[in-house]
Amino acid sequence: MAEVWRPPRRLVWRIGEVVETRHATPRTKSLLLDVPGWEGHKAGQHVDVRLTAEDGYQAQRSYSIASAPEERGVELVVERLDDGEVSPYLTDELRTGDSLELRGPIGGWFVWEAKDGGPLFLVAGGSGIAPLMAMIRHRAVMAMIRHRAAAGSEAPSRLLYSSRSREDIIFADELDHLAASDGSLEVVHTLTRSQPPGWTGYARRIDDEMLAEVAPSPEQRPLVFVCGPTPLVESVATTLVGLGHDAGRIKTERFGPTGG
Amino acid sequence: MSFFSRGFRGRRRQTDDRLPPGQYLVEGFPVLSAGPTPRTPLEEWDFSVGGEVDEPKRWTWDEFRALPSEEITRDIHCVTKWSKLSTRWEGVSVDTLLEGVQTAAEYMLAFCDGGYTTNLPLEDVTGGRAWIAYSFDGEPLQPEHGGPARLLVPHLYFWKSAKWVRGLRLLTHDEPGFWESLGYHNYGDPWREQRYWGD
Amino acid sequence: MDERRLDGNAAGGLLGEVFVFETTTAEGACDRCGTVAHVGQQMAYISDIGTVVRCASCDNALIRVTQNPRGYFLDLRGVSYLRFEGSP
Repeated sequence: MAEVWRPPRRLVWRIGEVVETRHATPRTKSLLLDVPGWEGHKAGQHVDVRLTAEDGYQAQRSYSIASAPEERGVELVVERLDDGEVSPYLTDELRTGDSLELRGPIGGWFVWEAKDGGPLFLVAGGSGIAPLMAMIRHRAVMAMIRHRAAAGSEAPSRLLYSSRSREDIIFADELDHLAASDGSLEVVHTLTRSQPPGWTGYARRIDDEMLAEVAPSPEQRPLVFVCGPTPLVESVATTLVGLGHDAGRIKTERFGPTGG
Repeated sequence: MSFFSRGFRGRRRQTDDRLPPGQYLVEGFPVLSAGPTPRTPLEEWDFSVGGEVDEPKRWTWDEFRALPSEEITRDIHCVTKWSKLSTRWEGVSVDTLLEGVQTAAEYMLAFCDGGYTTNLPLEDVTGGRAWIAYSFDGEPLQPEHGGPARLLVPHLYFWKSAKWVRGLRLLTHDEPGFWESLGYHNYGDPWREQRYWGD
Repeated sequence: MDERRLDGNAAGGLLGEVFVFETTTAEGACDRCGTVAHVGQQMAYISDIGTVVRCASCDNALIRVTQNPRGYFLDLRGVSYLRFEGSP
């Protein structure tokens, strides 16, 4: 696909329309937006969402785009925080047909394009899966349309994904399907609060030992992307550097203390 | 404002007759940060008064806490529009710290751990209008709210109540501080809604 | 570890309103410690009063931005230079 050169321009606030809302897990909702004038995004980028009350009061939060650049529409994943100001509105009140003000796509730094190669090591905590899902989906699309074994879309990729329980795994079915149909994609789950009967996988928060077992070796020089609550991101990044990974090949997206 | 989000109300925002224009009451105590939270150990903490003074002064934490202090109950107003009424503090009056200081200065700059600064006319921190506060709501001031001690100047927007304050530099000229040099009003009177340059 | 700090990437929204070029991939040199890094690798402190991007190595304030009804205020004194990707 030839890259079209577009003159650079400022980001402006735009209004998107909610075309679909979907309960992804008990605590999260997926929103699909149609944004007129959207010029596309790269996997890993985010949008800033701004809500305005009738008296003019505004609240703003950032949400990563979960949809692949090749898909139509912009998909956001919102985790409902009980004491949140923005997330309960997005998960409980916002409906199909509503308008949502947003700014983006933002962030050329925390981005992966198939041409960047691999291997890829992705680490997600909770709703931190969103930007990594965009990367995984993008990778799957590129694998389909390129049909070549050269470095890029088929470089081995591994996702380590921490969720509270099986019901809380966002994109569970899609990840299962992608991993089953693509030998170069491996998904490792860890369930931190409860596990289904017969679960043989990891059953604790991501720690040094788990990373030592799951991460590719530093010699493989993976591109690493870590996203989720700030404490998880910082501890994972520190551990990986301690294991010998090049800090320059680790990119982080902290969601803040509560995880978004 | 032409666009608004259907059905969005946000957190409870009450107005009150006691509030300056454009403010609303907030539950909780928001934390706005411009940098990492400093964590100076009390053994290393000191407070100094210097600049255009005949004799600079300095107190260690123990010396500072031995100074006469008072309880202060005031409303506070943040430039980002939230306010809290009747907040309770304990601290040392800036008048106490300036006692006996000879100066021709008309201004001062408060400086803090982490590099934050804010400027004020000297007359706005004297005459019982300002304190160095070490306790909020009956508890030691938490680091995220400026502990171990912050400047407290409740009659002006709360960005002037500098967190993690370590001293006052008295000056003969005015020197805009961290936010005053970046678009925020040099004086900051909430009752005249002096939020930004040109207000 | 300061739980309120975010990656420089998070400041890309506001900076993107000021700069025409992508900011998070811009490379800057801290004028205090000399560390050269991309804005996306630095630490961002974002609140309603303003946004401050700080050096991940020494906490020096690299970029400060505020916004009010009259416009944007930008202070870049903390970087000795900023190099944006982009060619005509």
